[in-house]
Amino acid sequence: MRSALLAEYRKLVTTRIWWVLLIAMAGYLVFIAAAIAASFAFAPADGGSVPVGEEAARTTYSVINSIGYVFPLVIGSLAMTTEFRHKTITQSLLVEPDRTRFLVAKVLSVVPVGLLAGVVGVLAVLLGGAPLLALQGDGAYLADRDVVMSLLLGVVAIALWAMIGVGFGTLVPNQVAAIVVILAFTQFVEPVARLALSQVDALSDLANFLPGGAADALLGASLFAADGGDLLPRWAAALVLIGYAIGFAALGRLTTLRRDIG
Amino acid sequence: MTPPSLVVDGLTKQFGPLRAVDDLSFQVRPGAVTGFLGPNGAGKTTTLRMLLGLTRPTAGRTLVGDRPYVDHPSPGRVVGAALEASSFHPGRTGLGHLEVFAPQVGVSRARCRAVLEAVGLDHAARQRVGGYSMGMRQRLGLATALLADPPVIVLDEPTNGLDPEGIKWIRGLLRQFAAEGRTVLVSSHLLREVEASVDDVVIIAQGRLRHASSLTALREQASPATYVVAPDAAALADLARSHGWRTVPERDGLVVDGATAPEIGAAAYRSGLELHELTRRDVDIEELFFRLTRATPVPPPAASPPPATPPSPGPAPLKGDDR
Repeated sequence: MRSALLAEYRKLVTTRIWWVLLIAMAGYLVFIAAAIAASFAFAPADGGSVPVGEEAARTTYSVINSIGYVFPLVIGSLAMTTEFRHKTITQSLLVEPDRTRFLVAKVLSVVPVGLLAGVVGVLAVLLGGAPLLALQGDGAYLADRDVVMSLLLGVVAIALWAMIGVGFGTLVPNQVAAIVVILAFTQFVEPVARLALSQVDALSDLANFLPGGAADALLGASLFAADGGDLLPRWAAALVLIGYAIGFAALGRLTTLRRDIG
Repeated sequence: MTPPSLVVDGLTKQFGPLRAVDDLSFQVRPGAVTGFLGPNGAGKTTTLRMLLGLTRPTAGRTLVGDRPYVDHPSPGRVVGAALEASSFHPGRTGLGHLEVFAPQVGVSRARCRAVLEAVGLDHAARQRVGGYSMGMRQRLGLATALLADPPVIVLDEPTNGLDPEGIKWIRGLLRQFAAEGRTVLVSSHLLREVEASVDDVVIIAQGRLRHASSLTALREQASPATYVVAPDAAALADLARSHGWRTVPERDGLVVDGATAPEIGAAAYRSGLELHELTRRDVDIEELFFRLTRATPVPPPAASPPPATPPSPGPAPLKGDDR
């Protein structure tokens, strides 16, 4: 297992795509966090449902997950789909014919890059959001326990997304298809579904089990549930996310990785 | 320890309506280079993929030594294989590619450099594979196969895309591997490409075994051919016709298939035919290969008796004989 892990880790870091995506993620999150912080900081005092104080800070920083999760998902899925796209899967399975071990090693191998992406993401949302909140809003709350916890869990969430990405890439090994589905789901399907579901009382709980909803619950803050309250407890949210990672990976193992290679 | 033999036993693979490999059996012995030959689409690559545990057989089994490939604790150390010349991540450097697979075959980064040097790619170690030529990719594939210095080497079409110098280099390497006692299996769709380097041949077509023997035994099955020039071309053609020889006109004379130079010389002498040239042609093994792999196989010409049993030390088919 050690050697399989090392091999998978080397596969990731000997290509350039992951740090290209990290730079894109950082740039995107600085911009989004600044925009959100501005909308809170410059909101009229009687702005109704606009979060204030510590909640404004946490909600701003939570874009690392609600907006940034597409990047670790893509990084993770690429780790698997490039194997199929460039047919390196052949050589990979020649040296590791145990396909379950191969898959587990690949899921675990993205954790370091996932954590790094989490740290980059946290720095980006702080860089984009904190100055505006501090100067124009109610403060950046960087010493607040809840805010710090939320930021740390943001790092964990991003690493989990990378693992989910590997599982998803195994289920959908066609690289283009995997990226299209990830972009469509994260940028359109899930946000719309969460908004729509939250309008219907009977279905609002369902939104919490969508992967993005669960991850927001892990952070304890969400753009989509800014009025707060109806997110899952953190432990449940973590289980839901881990469930997605294991679920996708298991389905991929039973489909893609059971087939003949080549 | 003797390097393991390879065994293919009753191997069958069905892809939907297509029977890609059909009850195929043969063995590959250590200390020799075995050519695994057949036209494109004959089932060579599918067979190799089943041998290496990438594809599951519909029926039959394959062994590397005493067990299937995937049951070896570290199969990459036992069998070095290069299956596809283009299966590299284009963004990885040549050295990076080897370093990725080094941990699982238990070799160091220093060994990666050494192997890269051995295949003549040290100058391109830090270059991305995307910029490699076909020949460089073949060399990198070979380097991957050789990473663990394995006792068994399996190469799929290793001469594809190589320049003549590269082909010569591969030939030398294959001979060297066999001399070192390794088990070497090399596939090709061209007998001529590997003729100079193989000891044994396994010929398949349409997924079925057509021939398995030593190269020498295969050569003995090939009909002799002789180039003859006579000033009286018509008389020469009559002579060939009367003996039932197949002829093909070439330049000023005829290539006579199925007759040796002494036979033709004697016949011409008896009928008082003047000859200006009588040259033995190399046995046309490619023609025999072609015949063996045709859609409907025809038995070898009656001129050379088909061997009742495959002559040792050729790889003995486990089941059946030449078809």
